[in-house]
Amino acid sequence: MKKLMMATAAAALTAGTAFAGGHAKEVKLGILLGFTGPIESLTPHMAGAAEMAAAEVSASGKLLDGAKVTTMRGDSACIDNGIATASAEKLLSDGVNGIMGSDCSGVTGAVLQNVAVPNGMVMVSPSASSPGLSTMEDNGLFFRTTPSDARQGQIMAEVLKDRGVNSIALTYTNNDYGKGLSDAIKTSFEAAGGEVTIVAAHEDGKGDYSAEVGALASAGGDVLVVAGYLDQGGLGIIQGALDTGAFDTFGLPDGMVGDSLPQNVGPDLDGSFGQFPGSQSQGADIFAEMTKDADFDGSSAYVGESYDAAALILLAMQAAGSMNPADYAGKILDVANAPGEPINPGELGKALEILAAGGQIDYQGATGVELIGPGESAGSYREIEIKDGAVTTVKYR
Amino acid sequence: MDFLNALVAFVNFVGVPAIAYGSQLAIGALGVTLVYSVLRFSNFAHGDTMAFGTMITILVTWWLQSLGVSFGPLPTALLALPAGIAATMALMLFTDRTVYKFYRAQKAKPVVFVMVSLGVMFMMNGLVRFVIGPGDQRFADGERFLISARDFKAMTGLREGLAIKTTQGITVITAVIVVALLFWFLNKTRTGKSMRAYSDNEDLALLSGINPERVVMYTWLIVASLATIAGVLYGLDKSFKPFTYFQLLLPIFAAAIVGGLGSPIGAIAGGFIIAFSEVTITYAWKKVLTYVLPESLKPDGLVQLLSTDYKFAVSFTILVIVLLFKPTGLFKGKAV
Repeated sequence: MKKLMMATAAAALTAGTAFAGGHAKEVKLGILLGFTGPIESLTPHMAGAAEMAAAEVSASGKLLDGAKVTTMRGDSACIDNGIATASAEKLLSDGVNGIMGSDCSGVTGAVLQNVAVPNGMVMVSPSASSPGLSTMEDNGLFFRTTPSDARQGQIMAEVLKDRGVNSIALTYTNNDYGKGLSDAIKTSFEAAGGEVTIVAAHEDGKGDYSAEVGALASAGGDVLVVAGYLDQGGLGIIQGALDTGAFDTFGLPDGMVGDSLPQNVGPDLDGSFGQFPGSQSQGADIFAEMTKDADFDGSSAYVGESYDAAALILLAMQAAGSMNPADYAGKILDVANAPGEPINPGELGKALEILAAGGQIDYQGATGVELIGPGESAGSYREIEIKDGAVTTVKYR
Repeated sequence: MDFLNALVAFVNFVGVPAIAYGSQLAIGALGVTLVYSVLRFSNFAHGDTMAFGTMITILVTWWLQSLGVSFGPLPTALLALPAGIAATMALMLFTDRTVYKFYRAQKAKPVVFVMVSLGVMFMMNGLVRFVIGPGDQRFADGERFLISARDFKAMTGLREGLAIKTTQGITVITAVIVVALLFWFLNKTRTGKSMRAYSDNEDLALLSGINPERVVMYTWLIVASLATIAGVLYGLDKSFKPFTYFQLLLPIFAAAIVGGLGSPIGAIAGGFIIAFSEVTITYAWKKVLTYVLPESLKPDGLVQLLSTDYKFAVSFTILVIVLLFKPTGLFKGKAV
């Protein structure tokens, strides 16, 4: 009886605030991604997925008593902190209630520290994976639907070990992402008993990598692990290493996995392997089905994560009955994790209904979302191998 | 046998790449040095002139490829090169008429010219990006290797492979031809002699009846050809990207200054010094030493003097040392 009373009281309270919020009838969601810069080929698909989640919520008409979700895009430029913070400030002055973003680790940290934390704005990043973001002071405002690279380092070490690789040479792109990832790979691989012969940085956007390749070749190793970008220095290093016969097999973390790499390098790349975030959940299949008719590519990297990031913000608003970041920030972990009714992509309307009635949900989404520690994805990865010039999935880890 | 292995490893990872890179830098530095000696300013637009010439060459290459034309085992881009050179010449003459001529008539100071060339650089920068976009373009086709590492190993039975790319071979051969032609032109022809006279003493040259506008025109034509050739060779060997070409300006100027601004031989020597120092000083000697030294002295570490992060610091350190102790460069150029 007492429990029932409590539940009704809570429901009444939620309904009350929801009503207050509903007056505005508009929730503004900022989408801050690098529409220009090194990953500009990925971001239109990511933004498309986030907008799809927003449209789904608007169409259900159940968010905060029928509020509509408007999305606004801002450019993070991926590697330019100045542009990213300026865009974030613009989104804030346009009155957004939450930010889906940003994408690259460096700008995400900059926006978090300079804009989000001082203004109390919630950020949910679909793709910033630097381990440094786990420990950054965020006042509980920062979440990500992608795992930290510390996790990817462990996975990479496992993949290498399972393939009987005992020594690697390691090169990384000289930025937050590359450094964080290479540290993680080195630590995990050495802990697993492997030997890292050299760790060398490379700069993106240079034409000549013969000095780097020379040093890597001299250090030797069974496999060269390249923690870089596939359109940038990573490609140059692999090309140089193959041309000089320094290495035959390459380890490819998430930034290097894409169809353009085997296309550019050719048959010599066959047999190289790696991994990138991905899961074989029921949600992934549903999401693939949903995005078939969409005007963006649903199988592109970080698209499912983007859908989930946008959905989490909106569901947390419903759970808190408020579109004020200070109110709903604390609810994001609640809606993302058990206990509660599992929610797949395409079921956002049902989730909003359950939350409105005071129930609990366990959002699974397109990537099997499970947030741990400081609000980041626990992380499942897809192990891939290059076979006959195509990226093929070996298994899920 | 071990000694041979060590030698091959060294040539493969240091010798071959550095000679190719050095040749590309040398041709680029020759262009810079010619503008400096005849027109008396540092041309900051040189990197983007290279990018423009390469861009036209790439466009013509694509057109030829679409027609099904190829150059057998050699890259099609070599067929398109004359078109690229012609377009760059036209652009150079156009900029000279519309921009530099005005400042020449004003007898502007060299530093004003440098600033003007900076403006020209930004214009060309935009032009190239506008036409071909900021992304990476790969346009090398034909046979990829003269000798591939695998074939070399099979052929000689050595443990180390030696790879020479076709583009590296073409680079070195072209560089030799270009340099020979240029020196013949400067030393033997009437126009070349008048250019040198104009460079040595402008007033005296004018008194002896040399037409300054003709000298300036020929200089730009030669600079346009050198820039396009350097750009296309670099693009074939690595890849074409406008931003990379803009950044090439730094090693090219370092090469020209180390050799002595205004001295053609200096530009060539400077190109190779910069290229070799970038690769050698950051090279990890472990592999070579393991072959040469007896078992007991085998190195555990990498035996690397500097990490490759400092690659660019190396050329600038050399530049600073040369400027401090020999401001005219190694081959008696003009003081900057």
